[in-house]
Amino acid sequence: MPVTRGFIGRRRSHEGRLPPGQYDTGAGWPVLTAEATPRLDTDRWSLAVDGLVERPTSWTWDEIHALPESSYLGDIHCVTTWSKFDVAFRGVSVDTLLEAAGPLPDAAFVMAHSSTGYTTNLPLSDVVDGKAWVVWEYGGKPLPREHGGPARFLVPHLYFWKSAKWVSRLELMASDRPGFWEQNGYHDRGDPWLEQRYQGD
Amino acid sequence: MGAIDDVQAVETAWTTGRVIEKTLPTPDTVRLRMHVEDRPRHRPGQHYLIRLRAPDDYVAQRSYSVASDDDDPLVELLVERLPDGEVSEFLADVVEVGDELEMRGPIGRWFTWDVTTPALCLVGGTGVVPAVSMLRTARRLGRTDLLRVVAVGRDPTMLPYADELGRAGATLAYTRHDDGTRPAGAPTVAEVAPLLAGVERAYVCGSSRFASYAEALLLDCGVPAGAIRVERFGPTG
Repeated sequence: MPVTRGFIGRRRSHEGRLPPGQYDTGAGWPVLTAEATPRLDTDRWSLAVDGLVERPTSWTWDEIHALPESSYLGDIHCVTTWSKFDVAFRGVSVDTLLEAAGPLPDAAFVMAHSSTGYTTNLPLSDVVDGKAWVVWEYGGKPLPREHGGPARFLVPHLYFWKSAKWVSRLELMASDRPGFWEQNGYHDRGDPWLEQRYQGD
Repeated sequence: MGAIDDVQAVETAWTTGRVIEKTLPTPDTVRLRMHVEDRPRHRPGQHYLIRLRAPDDYVAQRSYSVASDDDDPLVELLVERLPDGEVSEFLADVVEVGDELEMRGPIGRWFTWDVTTPALCLVGGTGVVPAVSMLRTARRLGRTDLLRVVAVGRDPTMLPYADELGRAGATLAYTRHDDGTRPAGAPTVAEVAPLLAGVERAYVCGSSRFASYAEALLLDCGVPAGAIRVERFGPTG
């Protein structure tokens, strides 16, 4: 495509760290949601791992906090083109949850469900080996409601719509099935480094 | 004339848009009317991407809601000029009629209206844009009875499309301006609840702060959370 007349753009200060087409949002953290922000009580909160597993398992708020903690310190990338550097989340690794539930051999995909009805699908390989978390702390404080609190899914190597807010269930599946945005024009996998934003990318 | 349901879900590709008209309707906005090559049909509520390309192939892209009806030969976008906005400042200050921009769309199938479901839009600031598209489409299809709009702005000079929305019967709520019929202030349950009779879906579009207010207001009016579709934009702290 030709150069846009008169456009120079910002100084490139993050060469190599920003995926193609992304910009650094700095201290801001835009809130993007498709549904009304729910108020969830941690007394009644639970997370389930089910579907193709040996032991369908669910955790209460206290039970999940008793699991070994795991942190993510790094960058996140939103399909709307902002990236945010050096964010710190704390919660539990999805590996720990899967270890408890025991994925069956034919489990190859996972659907993350939110209490709002939001869904997003991922290959199982994208949520194992230290690549995904369920997190309840951001920057040392409880995760704010508008950012998915009390707890959200976190898959930071993919565009952030995969990191479902208000996550309530991880469903293991044998075959792929599109989630909410994936049915609504967005890419099935969403790798920011391959710029897999929309269907057809 | 085809029904709106004829719109097919398609994979979108980058194409070229040429600026046919450019105006600055309010101090903070720029309105662009674009001729888009190989333009697919769109539903009211969808958006387009604009991508700017520097000589070294550095690119910056943002998405903007469409204000026009699908029947309009041009795609109309209204862009808020954000302080230090890499793309919006360029569109407001540098772009001229005749310039070509990379465009892709329409994007999004969730925040769209089917022109069949009775709906209310509660929109603020440049969040009025998708409601304008919905109103224009409703007018063309003779279904303005299905759509009610509450548009919220600081005052008439800061609310995009205020005249058009007013003519279409929208409720205009100014937070800092008394228009003689309505004192200044945010919309209230007493104002919005009567508009919800028969409404099956609510669309909220605006800044993050506005969307939080609007969601709470609709819930207070008894709208089920599942009937609310939200498009938020802008940074938070």
